[in-house]
Amino acid sequence: MGSYIPSTAQERQKMLSAMGMSSTDELYASVPESVRLKELNIPSGCTELEVREKITGMAGKNKVFSSIFRGAGAYNHYIPSIVKTITSKEEFVTAYTPYQAEISQGVLQSIFEYQTEMCQLTGMDVANASVYDGAVAAAEAVFMCQERKKQGVIVSGTVDPKVLAVIKTYCASRSVEVKVLPVSDYATDMEALKAALDKTSACVYVQSPNYYGVIEDMDAVVAASHEAGAKVIMGVNPIALGLLKTPGEYGVDIAVGEGQPLGLPLAYGGPYLGFVTTTNAMVRKLPGRIVGETVDAKGKRCYVLTLQAREQHIRREKASSNICSNEALCAMTAAVYLAAMGPKGIRKAAESSAAHAHYLASELCKIPGFQLVTDKPFFHEFVTTTPIPARILEEDLAAEGILCGLPIEEGILWCCTELCTRKKIDELIRVIKAVCQEVA
Amino acid sequence: MELLFERSRAGRGMDLLPDCDVPEADFGDELLRQEAPRLPEMAEIDLGRHYTELAKETHGVNDGFYPLGSCTMKYNPRINEELSGLPGFTAIHPLQPENTVQGALQVMYDTEKLLGEITGMDSITLQPAAGAHGEYTGLLLIRSYHLSRGDVGRTKIIVPDSAHGTNPASAVMAGFSVVSVPSNDDGGVDLEALKAAVGDDTAGLMLTNPNTVGIFDPNILEITKIIHEAGGLCYYDGANLNAIMGVVRPGDMGFDCVHVNLHKTFSTPHGGGGPGSGPVGCKAFLADFLPAPQVRMSDGVYSLYAPTNSIGQVRSFGGNFLVVVRALTYILTLGREGIPEASTNAVLNANYMMSLLKGHYDMAYDTVCMHEFVMTLEKLKHDYGVAAMDVAKRLLDFGIHPPTMYFPLIVYEALMIEPTETESKETLDRAAELFLNILEEAKTNGEELHHAPHDCYIGRPDEVNAARKPVLTYSFA
Repeated sequence: MGSYIPSTAQERQKMLSAMGMSSTDELYASVPESVRLKELNIPSGCTELEVREKITGMAGKNKVFSSIFRGAGAYNHYIPSIVKTITSKEEFVTAYTPYQAEISQGVLQSIFEYQTEMCQLTGMDVANASVYDGAVAAAEAVFMCQERKKQGVIVSGTVDPKVLAVIKTYCASRSVEVKVLPVSDYATDMEALKAALDKTSACVYVQSPNYYGVIEDMDAVVAASHEAGAKVIMGVNPIALGLLKTPGEYGVDIAVGEGQPLGLPLAYGGPYLGFVTTTNAMVRKLPGRIVGETVDAKGKRCYVLTLQAREQHIRREKASSNICSNEALCAMTAAVYLAAMGPKGIRKAAESSAAHAHYLASELCKIPGFQLVTDKPFFHEFVTTTPIPARILEEDLAAEGILCGLPIEEGILWCCTELCTRKKIDELIRVIKAVCQEVA
Repeated sequence: MELLFERSRAGRGMDLLPDCDVPEADFGDELLRQEAPRLPEMAEIDLGRHYTELAKETHGVNDGFYPLGSCTMKYNPRINEELSGLPGFTAIHPLQPENTVQGALQVMYDTEKLLGEITGMDSITLQPAAGAHGEYTGLLLIRSYHLSRGDVGRTKIIVPDSAHGTNPASAVMAGFSVVSVPSNDDGGVDLEALKAAVGDDTAGLMLTNPNTVGIFDPNILEITKIIHEAGGLCYYDGANLNAIMGVVRPGDMGFDCVHVNLHKTFSTPHGGGGPGSGPVGCKAFLADFLPAPQVRMSDGVYSLYAPTNSIGQVRSFGGNFLVVVRALTYILTLGREGIPEASTNAVLNANYMMSLLKGHYDMAYDTVCMHEFVMTLEKLKHDYGVAAMDVAKRLLDFGIHPPTMYFPLIVYEALMIEPTETESKETLDRAAELFLNILEEAKTNGEELHHAPHDCYIGRPDEVNAARKPVLTYSFA
């Protein structure tokens, strides 16, 4: 069996003797005999070589696609080599939360830099140090907007269904009502939004580009919501913000999103990165950790965890959230990614993703039976109809090493990133044409 | 040290992406951002050196002893890191068809079974991303259970006054109000106070055992019985599971659901604050409420499903999957013999270190401890004006991460020490010697300790001003 205990049997005995004990059983005298476990019913341990074989075997049973045209909340972008190198440094990997500022300046400064970069990207004033993922970021944001007389939550029907599910879970437990707006031509139904808003509305959550890839009319959302006195939470894709109008420019109150596209691998769903950015006015409502700049006793610039009076370890049941552990290393990953890409690189990733998506859309629509479901503007995702059952298409493409767009009720939800090159798209089109012919 | 933004030079950068090989998409001007984000422009060498410098100002487990009570800062095995980085795990999309991710589903299924055995629970969800997230999830199971039986009046969660802050915070998020019960003189739950606190409105109890003062509550069976007889359920906070794995199981002590912290007990790294993973286990009668999706296996084929009365989702997808891969690697490595051995040695190390300090420092509770122990420096502060904070800060000068300070709240001037099983006898001997030296300094030259640390990158930061006038982003000139 494997073990990471350095002490030998003799050393352990020495330690026991030093305490006047003869056996480790004496250490557990307070555990009632009736519930002492006789034997743990799991397999015997193994050596490093053996565990390597077992786990590698499991990894080998997963199919790694060479072309991925699926997004829907998880996006396959290029990860620069330096990102993994930096975030694998064992100091960063193995450190605890930086409560001890004197020996944690590295982690603290990296979070401060992350906060700054996220504000630059979103055009907002302040960011927290991360929450679990994009869906939880949206749910936490909803609770930043709760006031005694304003508790109603309005969510557009065009948001990612997983995000909606999490918002519903978080709201249900605190008996907060969630109104879900109907969808109008793959975008938020503005008339329904206006009708839903009243003086008890706390906030409106809209995602843009939305689940179907459509860029929402955020100016209209903000105008209607603010007129009714409700806050606006905008769900964003961070890569899109390399190119598209920012939440700050739209004048929203909170911008949240899934930070996975910023240098984190798909990794079957996690760890990912929830980011929350907001205005100066709402900074004390933010959940989780925040890093601030200050000086040490000698006047040297340094960084600390700050505004902790919001947090559970100080406020207990009155805290703004229960969050303790967050996704710090993922935040650092995003920070390194954004620094590696720079302003030009992030724009290039955004432009390239959008350009390839538009190219794919136009090529797909040349095949009979594939049609864009709406002519609204889209970023790097879009929905088409399909002439053949999506599941058949998915299976046949998989055989060619291609992950098809996601089959959804309305058709197929396609996604391109800069990794979906023209060559890969042309190959996809070729295979689809062949499948169509075969089925016909 | 300079910030990324101060190192940035206009025009620098890396050649990472090729020029686009298809026509640009045409967005109208009104859809585009008006100014480029002011992100750093750096050559790769500048970026690399920046973080290498930051790494030097960061104290990880591999930099030295990390006896941070309640956080279980054990060694993070390298094989776990390597295997979690296999492309078969990192390059798979969470919405791939199930027949293309059988290995990933097996990882989840096997981990669930192993955690179920270790905790004595029937079903596990891996969706919660951290301990507090697990608490919230577990409490939602309890809430759904009572509501499903039409038992709508159970609105209160009982939490000992020694509990972690996440417990009451999670209870409120889950829609409960919190009843705090005092601890007895031995640091355990005051049974009379508990009996007085329970009633028709009791939804459940949240308890850490061993508790936050490092003691296994000998009345545990009585405690869970009191809650059950009142119609409530018992929630086990797995923060301190590292003391008892393979020795006694929460499921056998009367707990109905539990969360474990893979980033504490199961050796996955803390990453400077996260990502963690907080799987939740429950008895069979709660399994139908678990979050979706869950993994099941039939004839060797794994698939996902949603339990019929699921509480819904607490995050997107199945959880912090790569953290789960690390934990599975760890559990398979240690196995039947190694898991209890890890706990036993965690307890042995803590008691040994306590024995070296006893008689010099005051112990908050003078009894055999579990994996951690709490000292009270109240007398030292009174006699010499040296606080727990001063002693903790002085340790920094010697490359030791301080113990947890001022927690639990029921002990004055508390220092909570958790050595973990992965430290050797000589590390404990040296650390104890250092603690005794600092005690001597406190008695002879206490003033000096108020200014510790002396040899770190920075001295004590001005936290008051940081909060009063928050500077939370870099100001571009």
